[in-house]
Amino acid sequence: MPRNFNHTTICTIEKVVDETPTVRTLVFSDEVMSNVLPGQFAMVWVPGINELPMSVMISDEKGKAAFTVRKHGPSSTGLFNLGVGEQIGVRGPYGNSFDLKHGKILLVGGGTGLVPLMRLLTFVEPSDDVTVLIGAKTKEEVFFEDLANKLLEKNPHKVIVTTDDGSYGEKGFVTDMVEKSVNQTTFDGIYTCGPEIMMHKTVQIANSKGMFVQASLERMMKCGVGICGSCCVGEDLVCKDGTIFSGDHLSSNKEFGYFYRNKAGILEKY
Amino acid sequence: MEAKLSTSIGPIQLQRPVMLASGILGISLDVFNRLYREGAGAVVTKSLSKEPWEGYPNPTIFGVKGGGWINAVGLSNPGASNFAKMIEQNKDVPIIVSLVGSIPEDFEFMVNEFSNCNLAGFELNLSCPHVAKVGLEVGDDPELVKKIVTTVKKSTKVPVIAKVGLGTTHYLDTVGAAIDSGIDAITAINTVRSMAIDTETQRPILSNKFGGLSGTPIKPIALRCVFEISSKYKIPIIGCGGISNWEDAVEFFLAGASAIQLGSAVGDRWIEVFNEINTGILDYMKKKGFSKIEEMVGLAKKF
Repeated sequence: MPRNFNHTTICTIEKVVDETPTVRTLVFSDEVMSNVLPGQFAMVWVPGINELPMSVMISDEKGKAAFTVRKHGPSSTGLFNLGVGEQIGVRGPYGNSFDLKHGKILLVGGGTGLVPLMRLLTFVEPSDDVTVLIGAKTKEEVFFEDLANKLLEKNPHKVIVTTDDGSYGEKGFVTDMVEKSVNQTTFDGIYTCGPEIMMHKTVQIANSKGMFVQASLERMMKCGVGICGSCCVGEDLVCKDGTIFSGDHLSSNKEFGYFYRNKAGILEKY
Repeated sequence: MEAKLSTSIGPIQLQRPVMLASGILGISLDVFNRLYREGAGAVVTKSLSKEPWEGYPNPTIFGVKGGGWINAVGLSNPGASNFAKMIEQNKDVPIIVSLVGSIPEDFEFMVNEFSNCNLAGFELNLSCPHVAKVGLEVGDDPELVKKIVTTVKKSTKVPVIAKVGLGTTHYLDTVGAAIDSGIDAITAINTVRSMAIDTETQRPILSNKFGGLSGTPIKPIALRCVFEISSKYKIPIIGCGGISNWEDAVEFFLAGASAIQLGSAVGDRWIEVFNEINTGILDYMKKKGFSKIEEMVGLAKKF
């Protein structure tokens, strides 16, 4: 019988990599997850704890995939605490994927929002000129800088890190660097994933310059499959219409950048 | 003769017979507007309670290998008062507000909260199979159903529908109690209480252990219920349960339903499914020479 993507498949954690004191990458074998498109996500069951939407991280080994998780609430901490040999359930992949343009590309990521951007880097062509901007609060929270450089070793590229406190890379917000970059270069495609305020600012900057931009949104998700409605943003559902949305579409969305819904579905301000 | 998709469910007039079922996508007016624009004849909201509810932790849904879903979202909702404020802005969409509660006073309070809203109806949730003290536990008590329906009917002029499901009391008795108390229409059926166990980890998958089965596996059961209700009582019926294409919809009309609701099919096929089914019904009507939905309703009962 062919695999029903909506039915949970149990996978065993084979490797755990500490990215920062609060971020880990958990590697597992699964052919379907190893081949997802950049931006697609899975619903990840941590037995006895919860199930949460996770963008699927790349692995350097064939047939393997990973999840990169920051410990935050009980669910993500439950996933973070899993060790080698422990089991998770995976269903999906769900959602659409980035529409990768070629030429001059700008990636803007913060925290675990870098996950779909790293997968996107595996799809660039050698002639693409790629700039990756990584934003972090402080030095010890910077990760995937080396990975980005390695994935781009055959490309003309730049990887620039900003920290809010200036303890590493450039001091300031990553969006300041976005502003600087688009003033110097006309990009064919800008792709962003991370904190919503960062994405909102990036989309506004790109839209003001008329450059193609896409953002991968995150919302409270229960079903992941367009049934429960928890992840709505304006008239869009992140799980089915996204998670990737284009800047021209987002510019007319009244909630993006300003509001999210809590577990009861009540709108709250960012 | 021109075929038309408009239909009446007792006092409720709709331009199209395909509605959004309760519990599906129903927390934002922006989404309701989109669904209506893209073919839904009406939308039923998520079930609203007196206070906001967060629902159960995930996993709240599970895809059955052979098709269909088991869910126990746990009736998460922003609460009747918050929700009423949002849909006071509604201009165009026929919105049916689903309500869930334990006692007549809960329902009376909530109905009053919606007094400034433009609504097509209320739907009383007497059938959610996975939350204690509400839903199916209320539907299983026909005396309580009578009190609730009587109270709601006294509190509002808006049409009131009762949504029934398969519990420990025969659903036909619940339907009878609702009709005796003046209900305007019946929606049948809700999801069917069920569960799933993962063999690898040897534990129930849903955080609530039990959930409600929806989707194509329950369609023949729902169809049987609509046929039985329509055979026993003279009451407008909305068919719900596993409908995923126009043929399913027509089957429900022939069994006695005047309109139908979609749930799982929206997740499986996305919002385009409303117009796909509308178009399929219309083509069938033209082919068979029907000009109105009501000409089809209950035709299968003559055999």
